Amino acid sequence: MTQRITINPITRLEGHGKIEIFLDDQGEVRDAFWQVVELRGFERFCVGRPAEEMTRIAPNICGVCPSAHHMAATKALDALYGVAPTPTARLLRELEFNAFIIEDHYIHFFFLAAPDFIMGPDAAPSERNILGVIGRVGKEIGKQVIDIRKRNRDIIRLLFSKAPHPEGGLPGGVPRGIAEEDRKGLMATADDSVAFALFALDLFKKEVLGQKALKDLILSDAYALRTYSMALVDENDHVSFYDGTLKVITPEGKEFVRFHPRDYLDHIAEWVEPWTTIKFCYLKQLGWKGLVEGDGTSLYRVAPLARLNVASGMATPLAQKEFEIFFETLGARPAPQTLAMHWARLICALQAAERNQSIVRDPLLTSRDIRNMNLKLMRTGVGCVEAPRGTLFHHYETDERGILTRVNLIVATQNNAGPICLSIKKAARAFVRGPEVKEGFLNRVEMAFRAYDPCLACATHALPGGIPFVVNLRDPSGEVIRTLRRD
Amino acid sequence: MGEKPKVAICWLGACGGCDEAIVDLNEGLLDVAEAVSIEFWPVAMDYKYDHLAAFGKGEIAVGLVSGHVRNSEHAEVAHLLRDRCKLVIALGACACFGGTPALANLVSREEILDAVYVKAPSVVNPDGRLPQVETAWEEGTLRLPAFFDHVYSLNQVIEVDYYLPGCPPPSELIRNGVRAVLTDDLPPKGSTLAPRKALCETCPRNKTKPMRLEIHGPIRRIHEVEADPEMCFLAEGILCMGPATRSGCGETCIRSNTPCRGCFGPVPGVSDPGSRFISSLAALLKVGTTGDPEAVMASLGDPVGYLYRFTHPVSTLGARRLSQATEETP
Repeated sequence: MTQRITINPITRLEGHGKIEIFLDDQGEVRDAFWQVVELRGFERFCVGRPAEEMTRIAPNICGVCPSAHHMAATKALDALYGVAPTPTARLLRELEFNAFIIEDHYIHFFFLAAPDFIMGPDAAPSERNILGVIGRVGKEIGKQVIDIRKRNRDIIRLLFSKAPHPEGGLPGGVPRGIAEEDRKGLMATADDSVAFALFALDLFKKEVLGQKALKDLILSDAYALRTYSMALVDENDHVSFYDGTLKVITPEGKEFVRFHPRDYLDHIAEWVEPWTTIKFCYLKQLGWKGLVEGDGTSLYRVAPLARLNVASGMATPLAQKEFEIFFETLGARPAPQTLAMHWARLICALQAAERNQSIVRDPLLTSRDIRNMNLKLMRTGVGCVEAPRGTLFHHYETDERGILTRVNLIVATQNNAGPICLSIKKAARAFVRGPEVKEGFLNRVEMAFRAYDPCLACATHALPGGIPFVVNLRDPSGEVIRTLRRD
Repeated sequence: MGEKPKVAICWLGACGGCDEAIVDLNEGLLDVAEAVSIEFWPVAMDYKYDHLAAFGKGEIAVGLVSGHVRNSEHAEVAHLLRDRCKLVIALGACACFGGTPALANLVSREEILDAVYVKAPSVVNPDGRLPQVETAWEEGTLRLPAFFDHVYSLNQVIEVDYYLPGCPPPSELIRNGVRAVLTDDLPPKGSTLAPRKALCETCPRNKTKPMRLEIHGPIRRIHEVEADPEMCFLAEGILCMGPATRSGCGETCIRSNTPCRGCFGPVPGVSDPGSRFISSLAALLKVGTTGDPEAVMASLGDPVGYLYRFTHPVSTLGARRLSQATEETP
């Protein structure tokens, strides 16, 4: 008799999803599905809107990574209007985007991921959350996390109105500049962010890597996946967030292709499956090969682990040191360990903080030259950033008035959709065995997607709907025997 | 000391920005966590739907519900929350009015599915496959919620006790709202927990708003102008929804030199912010110097998208569409 386990909703992620696990007569996992149930339709309902309003509408795609959509939209407007931002506008955008990378990586690490590591995968669900983490590490550290997140979000607020919904990016510039008197506070925030990033990395090394059981979990094959990887790199082939060239490497680490983001349609395609609302990205040149890893896959991963795997190093010195320790510890490059994404995330936050230390000391930062008004409507524009969860594309086409006639979006989590399905299936096969399945083992399945920090709100910008995380145990006839919704 | 009041925080068709606004209480979040027992919060806690369902009717003191209703699962969860929570607060523009993604009501469900899954330039889908409510699989049937043809505000699906508007609501307003519930210091049911003034009245640029506003030429689009950081946007001929929009946001967009788009919804006593604004705009147009008021209106480009950016479902336009809606029962 087949058992079906449903986990619904999946928790500690952005958006709605569920997991279905099918077990055979022996209680072994036959198959597992990660289903996304939401859909909103931004591609369609943004058509007819003035293109410049996209920097105000696109942040509604996701309130957790709204700055990524705001910036991708702003850069798409640059391309649409054939204009480059002034040097000061570019610095201000980068300052904001780095601040966002920092605060977003910490909300994921401390609020969403740390409960699995600091409290442990088997902790009671009622304690496996940020309040439990603060109880364990102490209120002082909790206050530091809150403080560094708040101060980086204050930078977003300073430039673009609101951290959960930034507004106002313009082609060729930014809507407001900053005053010289703002600089001192920004310098303190950047310096403290670097110090905090080093502290967070030490905490990870002590509380996670220092615990044998957790380190073994990170290194275990249950959480390894071999796919292509893609990320933005700068002119030195280093990790880059705001801008750069896209580089793809093979599962073995060889360069597969390098391309300008505006050519994304030549390299990336999306596949539709009837059982989920998310579209699966794959490498167009290889064709759709299904949800498979290793030789013969056409799937690629994005986000922090892919960034470190793809680049030849970090762009800042302290992050570079951590990059070296990272690969030395994991023992392989590219590193296939999905859970190492948490570690890579903290290294990325360090680079963003170090970069902001330089930006806030740049004399150009406070210049009043914040707009390049030399606009020339090109009728089409692609904007790309390395969002916290991976590479993000906004592609707009307009009529002669700059009214949108086509909008196409490829968001970070879509790039990772196939790999997330595979990671869930592998974790389920490793940890779930019927008929009785302990809650902590189901949480280990959830840990497989949590490492990616998926954003299902983003991924389903397509139209509003909703699927949270459930595990259904089914008998071989498909009948649900039990629905597991942990509490 | 009695048991702590129970709180549920839940998102329906939402982006998570309202949840971030709750986290933006910063250290205040720790105080809230000490004062109440959070029994459901999918973004941050591991309680599943059956934990929520196990509570008795009205056992949870307050539910903070963000997002609109677009599919059968949103509707089911909304009804469950209504039953288990003594009070329901609509949190944010999507729950209060439908929000920006409710502009999807301007097109059909089929057009959206076609655009996303078939016509998108990056999609390879020769068979025209679409996500299905049920998919037969070797091991069993995989199910997705049914997509409605319409985006609903929360109060079009369940009874809502209070409203906290904004995209997202500022953390201060959320804190005050929760405090009002905990101290039983609430205004009449159905109230919006925000100031009763129009944004213009609290706008830092109010002093530059002429006694009699006049728009002399075509509406100027924001990217075409280097907007004066001190000057009333409307006085510069730039569209700003301040006159028709409720205050309470802290004027953060204005301070970023970006005009209002109306995320706090209409001023009190106005049900349709778009028609309110358009009537006030009509009065601003200085016929004679502009030549043709219709040309000025045409220069708006996308009147519906500006005037109903956050409020389509609860506007007269939305009501008309809803009256033609299908057999959906959200």
